[in-house]
Amino acid sequence: MWTLEIEPSGPAPVAAAPGQFNMLTAFGVGEAAISLSGDPAEPGRLVHTIRAVGPVSRALAQLRPGAALGLRGPFGAGWPMAEAAGRDVVIMAGGLGLAPLRTAIHRLLTERARYGQVLVLYGARSPADILFRRELETWRRRLDVEIEVTVDHAAVSDWRGHVGVVTTLLGRASFDPANTVALVCGPEIMMRFSAAALADAGVRAEATYLSMERNMKCAIGLCGHCQFGPVFICRDGPVFRYDRIAALLRHKEL
Amino acid sequence: MDNQSVLTAAGLQALFDSLRRRGYRIVGPKVRDGAIVYDDIEGVPDLPQGWTDEQAPGRYRLARRDDEALFGYAIGPHSWKAFLHPSVQRLWKSRREGEEVAITPEPPSAERFAFIGVRACELKAIAVQDQVFLGGAHVDAHYRARREGAFVVAVNCAEAGGTCFCVSMKSGPRVDAGYDLALTEIMDGGEHRFVVEAGSAGGGEVLAELPGRAATEGDLAAAEAVVERTAASMGRQMRSDDLHELLLANLEHPRWDEVADRCLTCGNCTMVCPTCFCTSVEDSSDLAGVESSRSRRWDSCFTMDFTHVPSGSVRASARSRYRQWMTHKLATWIDQFGTSGCVGCGRCLTWCPVGIDITEEVRAIRDNPMERGGGT
Repeated sequence: MWTLEIEPSGPAPVAAAPGQFNMLTAFGVGEAAISLSGDPAEPGRLVHTIRAVGPVSRALAQLRPGAALGLRGPFGAGWPMAEAAGRDVVIMAGGLGLAPLRTAIHRLLTERARYGQVLVLYGARSPADILFRRELETWRRRLDVEIEVTVDHAAVSDWRGHVGVVTTLLGRASFDPANTVALVCGPEIMMRFSAAALADAGVRAEATYLSMERNMKCAIGLCGHCQFGPVFICRDGPVFRYDRIAALLRHKEL
Repeated sequence: MDNQSVLTAAGLQALFDSLRRRGYRIVGPKVRDGAIVYDDIEGVPDLPQGWTDEQAPGRYRLARRDDEALFGYAIGPHSWKAFLHPSVQRLWKSRREGEEVAITPEPPSAERFAFIGVRACELKAIAVQDQVFLGGAHVDAHYRARREGAFVVAVNCAEAGGTCFCVSMKSGPRVDAGYDLALTEIMDGGEHRFVVEAGSAGGGEVLAELPGRAATEGDLAAAEAVVERTAASMGRQMRSDDLHELLLANLEHPRWDEVADRCLTCGNCTMVCPTCFCTSVEDSSDLAGVESSRSRRWDSCFTMDFTHVPSGSVRASARSRYRQWMTHKLATWIDQFGTSGCVGCGRCLTWCPVGIDITEEVRAIRDNPMERGGGT
């Protein structure tokens, strides 16, 4: 895992909304969709958190400081920040899903007075897999935000926090479910369980948002790769209101 | 200007000559590799005169006709998307100078095609791809350039193929829109002739130059009879008015497992389908890494790579990939583009190596639907 900061050359970049993504090119290798994970208050710096798993992300990881890369974007529908104003905000992240939510968290903390309770519930596989660990520690020291982290498994010697899936954190959290907006991002199965747990806790499906991941080649609804039933994830998402895709999520491999 | 006239085969050659004078690159049917394909043609002698095609699921054979018809076949493996939405399209080139990289976009093609022998189902398929590439927020400049420059000579089908079902999809066999000229080939009455109708101002201009005679009542009646005979002899039928609800309510139907046992996930159906539009991109570079380029190429939802994300392929099973193709084609396409993605051309039946018949797959689900609540 590593974080890439891009300084735009040429025309000033279009301001990105939390939850949107860019298409990044390693010249001669290819292009990949990467969510923006930076602080939206610093629009001049485009920050992407990338796991080097494929040829493109590996090539991006090998770029030296100052090297050129290709960027198209921002694309897609982001998190409903305007709708969240005046309400409690529950953020549930699983694994790498914290990266696309980091921009939203920064926004919430920057405009802290606009929102009710802010809770960040984060589940990682193991302590070593926790993203943005130092930042989480910093946020944790604030009194106006609740940060809870859990891991699937850990040796007793190196972890004194919660153990278990992220949904177990929901029961301990204090918020007003009838006046809450929930933002969820992580592996699909984690999002399905989280959305169900949020519903059990009394958060309406209409106030629960998920960010979906699919293969994307064009980001403008023309290449066909990111179809999810009738929707194109790149164009109609990646952030969706849960009630609009709940029926689709019931089908495996759709 | 009379917009209907009658041409002989010699008159048809004059059409080719006129189109060439106007600077068109003429593409039409010819016999090659045991099939009728679309390729550059010079004139009437290149047309598949006296040939027809015998088609069934998984089967295509050329056969001699007992007449000298020029358009006496149904359709082959090619469709016009090979020209409007080519299988490989370069998007840009880049050149690195030090730490700077300059990108040069590929300009849209200036080539103007004249398509000869476009069938009704193919006109509908072009209209469907227009919706995909021109109808949304993002217009594809490469498609638009080729599309706007094209001159379309359509042909009313005189022969329904064994896998044809355009009547069911309301896309044929009569051409009704989207052409510059429409031909109906008439073989009876001793005179081999073509009733020609102009469908655009440009078509009217060309037609006015051709050595034809005015169409008589008899010509028009004979042309009408050709289309009616074809409509009555469709190789396949498929009820199409309720496919959206039917398929989306049956996403977990056991038939998907059954068809997956036969499907080779080869992707042939997506390659021959005149509306399938999915693409991938490929980057390449020289050995020094100075120059690179990106190309778009046809892709298929039948591959594992198509849905690959870091955690694996979303649609790993053959069941899910066939289901995606068929439900997209017949159902979710309507949500996305306001029209079915199927035009009833039958290519996916004919060119499926194991002869999977989409009309039969729909029937199997329709005859034994899941209880309500099983779908979305």
